[in-house]
Amino acid sequence: MLAPRPLGGRIITPTFVIASTLALIAAAIVLYRLVFGLAAVTNLSDGYPWGIWIVADVMIGSAFGCAGYAVAILVYLFNRGEYHPLIRPALLASLFGYGLAGLAVIVDLGRWWQFYAMFVPWYMNPSSVMLETALCIAVYAMIICLEFAPAVLERFGLNRLNARLKRVMFAIVALGLLLPTMHQSSLGTILVILGHKLSPLWQTEWLPLLYLLSALLMGLGIVVFEAMISASGFRRPFEVEILGKLAGVTVVLLAAFLVVRIGDLAARGAFSLAFRPDVRSLMFWIELSLMSAPLVILGPPANRRRPQTLFLGAFVLLLGGIVYRVNSYLVGLTPATGNWHYFPTLAEIMVTLGLFSLEVVLFLLFVKLLPILPARHKAEEAGRT
Amino acid sequence: MPDDHGTIAGAEAGVAELGDLDGYRRSLGGMRRRDFLRFCTGVAATLGLSPGLGVRIANAAVAAARPTVIWLSGQACTGCTETLLRTQHPSLESLILDQISLDYSETLMAGAGHQAENWKAAALKQNWGKYLLVTDGAIPTKDGGIYCKIGGKTILESVTEAAKGAAAVVAVGSCASWGGVPSSSPNPTGAVATNKIITDRPVVNIPGCPPNPYNFLATVLHFVTFGKLPELDDKGRPKFAFGRLIHENCERRPHFDAGRFAIEFGDYGHRQGYCLYKLGCKGPETYANCPAIGFNDVGQGNWPIGTGHPCVGCTEEGVGFSKGIHELATLQSVAPPLGYPGVVEDKGQGVTPVAAATLAGIAGAVVGAGAVMTSRLGHHPPHPPGPPQTPSPPPAE
Repeated sequence: MLAPRPLGGRIITPTFVIASTLALIAAAIVLYRLVFGLAAVTNLSDGYPWGIWIVADVMIGSAFGCAGYAVAILVYLFNRGEYHPLIRPALLASLFGYGLAGLAVIVDLGRWWQFYAMFVPWYMNPSSVMLETALCIAVYAMIICLEFAPAVLERFGLNRLNARLKRVMFAIVALGLLLPTMHQSSLGTILVILGHKLSPLWQTEWLPLLYLLSALLMGLGIVVFEAMISASGFRRPFEVEILGKLAGVTVVLLAAFLVVRIGDLAARGAFSLAFRPDVRSLMFWIELSLMSAPLVILGPPANRRRPQTLFLGAFVLLLGGIVYRVNSYLVGLTPATGNWHYFPTLAEIMVTLGLFSLEVVLFLLFVKLLPILPARHKAEEAGRT
Repeated sequence: MPDDHGTIAGAEAGVAELGDLDGYRRSLGGMRRRDFLRFCTGVAATLGLSPGLGVRIANAAVAAARPTVIWLSGQACTGCTETLLRTQHPSLESLILDQISLDYSETLMAGAGHQAENWKAAALKQNWGKYLLVTDGAIPTKDGGIYCKIGGKTILESVTEAAKGAAAVVAVGSCASWGGVPSSSPNPTGAVATNKIITDRPVVNIPGCPPNPYNFLATVLHFVTFGKLPELDDKGRPKFAFGRLIHENCERRPHFDAGRFAIEFGDYGHRQGYCLYKLGCKGPETYANCPAIGFNDVGQGNWPIGTGHPCVGCTEEGVGFSKGIHELATLQSVAPPLGYPGVVEDKGQGVTPVAAATLAGIAGAVVGAGAVMTSRLGHHPPHPPGPPQTPSPPPAE
């Protein structure tokens, strides 16, 4: 396995153009929102102060962003060096996931120009789980930048700076392991303190663990997903061997998640709610099916060596994670008394779509310009060209 | 009873001479002191009072003058008197022993026959122009009023005669107030209300079947205390009790306003305590304070509507005993709207077609792309489970 190097190639591709256009539309809407306020763009209300900008962009974006966290745990905590080639793409996913989640939070703040108050000690509420989450995510976004910095420094030949950074990298990596453990579980804690507002189908004291596990699962899922997409898109070899092993880890974690999830539901006797003819139970079953399916798809070792099933498993797992987070933050939540309704506006959807498109754009730019993906063997390159 | 015992002479001896009970032989019908106390205890028992109150009754019988009340019952069921027996504040004994001197009441008086009639005559004569006349029951007028006679006199005559010397006249119950049940069609006895007989002075009407006793007591005590009658409405009813529609103070009114009605007895709405308007409740056209004070001092809710039965409009002429019990009331103050607002108004913006279509499109595109990708990857053969790759040493980081 060779050291990472830039892919090169054409920047302007159809995918790039489409994704950039969507991102530009989103940027225009965000600008409009920053000037004219939330009500001008969103369907947010006193009853639903959190919409898809929080649920999709932050909850899902940051879960995707756990790729770096999940792989770093394997590489640095369990000392499994064989996963090291995956660390840079994973960190890239983290960088985008967290960077854009942070951006989305600022866009979603009612008085966004006061966001700096979060970092001013005398404005802080030290008892707030929101503060913990916000600071954690903000600091972690910076940590990812530092973890990712070597790729940029290498590219521009800043070797002395790179060498200095490497001397403190162990501390940065340690923080990078600690912080997501804190804030990903805190995303669950936020729901725990919402108490009865969350349907018993999702409300449990195990939410912090479930959120941590789902973050790890989605992080691992995005690594496999992204690797398969880049391999297919950039006509690179499928790193099936290493991804298959990663999928094995995923299966174990997923089994743990399902044991906690289903065991908790059964222990609390909340399963009866899943048989009511309403949207919540429908969404619950969709979530449970999507979360269980990867166990079947990736369970047999043979399937973990086939690109097709590897991709499908990761894809379904990501969908399941998305639905789990949307369910617990939006579908299962009754944020206020009264007959409140919420469904995102077209503008809200376009902003979320634009943010994820921006991730695609940036990913394409980064892998082509910076040393992210492992270089191919000379023979392979010769075979391809 | 021998004529020389209970005579009007005793009454004429005057209240002032009643101080010495042992010297009171003749007016007590020849009773000794012990007999009199035993008799008063018996009266207490008759009234359902504690036997210990016999002494108070005895004292009251000889106490200083209290306003005299003459109670004449016509075509009545005695319900009005019965309801009076159930009062607690003031209690009946406090009323008739401390507040008023109930000198004649066919139901409550201990005397009977000529003695009672003579006592009435004496009381009328002695308190001429000062006593309070209470009537309950309707007064038949057909055929000279022969359908209701007491002591050989028609009630028509008794009331006409007693009214001449009365300071005030109070008609208790729907029958006395506006004719009530006896006057309802076809009214074979020509029954009429008290104020149809006594037309030269105001008659206070306390309608109800029975009326709430406190409406009567309050009126009487108002008279006793202030020497005049409370403010009356155009139908002679005290405004303090009959100034408002039942509908206005009904505890089920919010259900009416929200459009929640019991449709039949025992249905869901009835069990939930919904509005009884559609079961024929006459609350919307009946003036009374029933919802405000309840009955029998056992707490709120003890009145017809409170127990789940529609109001029959007993206090209202032309409603009670005239309209069918389950006939819809004529709404006086408010009409139910044709449509009702939701109990909880919808707030916030729900799903719109464009947003839903966009989201569905994106979801479809994601799933479709996933499916296409999966199918494309199917062309790649499974990776052989060859020897494990030797992990490359991590780049020097």
